[in-house]
Amino acid sequence: MSEMIVTAGLTKRFGSITAVDRLDLTVQTGEVLGFLGPNGAGKSTTMKMVTGFLSPTSGTARVCGHEVVAEPLKVKERIGYLPEGAPLYSDMTPRAFLGFIAEVRGLSGTAKRKAVDRAIEQTQLEGVLHQPIETLSKGFKRRVGLAQAILHDPSVLILDEPTDGLDPNQKHQVRRLIREMAAAGGKSIVLSTHILEEVDAVCTRAVIIAKGRVVSDGTPASLVAKSKYHNSVSLGLRPPAGTMVFDELARLAGVAAVEDNGTIEGGERPLVRCTVMAVGGRPIQEAVAKHIGQRGWGVEWMHTQAGRLDDVFRQITGG
Amino acid sequence: MLRGLRAVFLRELTGYFITPVAYVFIVIFLVMAGVFTFQLGRWFQAEQADLRAFFDAHPWLYLFLIPALSMRLWAEERKSGTIELLLTLPVSRSAAVIGKFLAAWAFAVLALTLTFPVWITVNYLGNPDNGVILASYLGSALMAGGFLAVGSLMSAITNSQVIAFILSLVACFAFLLAGYSPVLEFFQGWAPQGIVDAIAGFSFLTHFQTISRGELAARDLVFFGSVIGVFLGATGVVIEMKKGQ
Repeated sequence: MSEMIVTAGLTKRFGSITAVDRLDLTVQTGEVLGFLGPNGAGKSTTMKMVTGFLSPTSGTARVCGHEVVAEPLKVKERIGYLPEGAPLYSDMTPRAFLGFIAEVRGLSGTAKRKAVDRAIEQTQLEGVLHQPIETLSKGFKRRVGLAQAILHDPSVLILDEPTDGLDPNQKHQVRRLIREMAAAGGKSIVLSTHILEEVDAVCTRAVIIAKGRVVSDGTPASLVAKSKYHNSVSLGLRPPAGTMVFDELARLAGVAAVEDNGTIEGGERPLVRCTVMAVGGRPIQEAVAKHIGQRGWGVEWMHTQAGRLDDVFRQITGG
Repeated sequence: MLRGLRAVFLRELTGYFITPVAYVFIVIFLVMAGVFTFQLGRWFQAEQADLRAFFDAHPWLYLFLIPALSMRLWAEERKSGTIELLLTLPVSRSAAVIGKFLAAWAFAVLALTLTFPVWITVNYLGNPDNGVILASYLGSALMAGGFLAVGSLMSAITNSQVIAFILSLVACFAFLLAGYSPVLEFFQGWAPQGIVDAIAGFSFLTHFQTISRGELAARDLVFFGSVIGVFLGATGVVIEMKKGQ
């Protein structure tokens, strides 16, 4: 493991607004870092500084040991970057566009052809190579953007909202591509996203920032564990009339609270829906199941929940 | 530096030809050059074996056509967001500025070269001084470069191509007028001769006219070189300043 990206006290101010506030972040080889945060939290600004597009107001960012302000070209050579919205030269064809990127990156002749072909294959662009980019669907445009970013097989890949605005199939393809690149090894990948399930699907580490500062840093699982719903049990029960279901469940050892999700009348017995929350997120499903069994309540469903990233996100970023 | 510059130059130059821009520009340039020379310049009636009327039209042709060529240089990159892509590729800002400028210039010079039938005609009809004509072509190309550098800066200032066009037109107009006799006469009435000379000294018109008389003086070459250098430098500064917006 080595440190691919290191930011120290990285700060960006736009007038009186501090977009990124003394951000310290280290990304190791092999990590796929999900960069989360509300709109305006400073995700894109941070990425723009690391990639050398914006200069920091203060602080430093190093990529593969090179300081971005002092050696911008060395940093840019090592990074593949997909800017937000995947801007492309829309009057070019994907083939011509990727050829241009290859030339700027110093590739020519066979090396250029090989790199372009490999990027095309990885992003499955074969069918649209000779159409102007402006005529392509959003999914293909995004793939052209990704192809451009991975063309030179960079050690550091920075993707600003790579799946934003794509349909579920396209999102799946992009995520698969990211996982494949991570699996190939030797890279650091940083991606920003709003979609929390994405973090679970592709990231090894999740960093949440709010108002330009890191407010949470850990594995996606540890993030989920912060949810008040972690290890909670969702129930659909048909108890005999008059049973104080919520009170009984709330008295069980390890139960923090019972959330009423509404009762549906009808049939012999009404359907009681609730979520049983665990103290400190410790497993309670056995105790709950045992109690229900003893009391002989009818069970429509019973699932244990890992937790809701959305809740953690709101909890942490104070939305 | 060079490989990035070369790639940007080639992309930009081919960019003119994948859209109708190139063809429209060239056709209009050639037609207008013809109109100015033969209709307004009364070249045939003058019965002079030179291309004075043809070259005299160039500054006024460029005034409208060059801003149309330069307006997209940076405004479009900013508007579409590709500027972020371009400036995070391993190409320095100056290489990008120069590469784009050179592509536009090469294109303008190509359009200028395509006026060669006029030169063939004058040689067929008479015995012109081809040295003067060559110098005039060179002067015209340099002047186009000057206009383009001004246009490059104006295009970097805004992300609207229309505004870039208008700003370039106004700026280029000022550079032309500074050497136009009625304007200079206006100043001569009250301003000291030194100031009048200084104003005339900044005019594209004055320097172009000197060159197109066949007097290829270092002073005029340096003038256009400096204009291009200063305006491209300013383009780089403006791009850096406006990146965060």
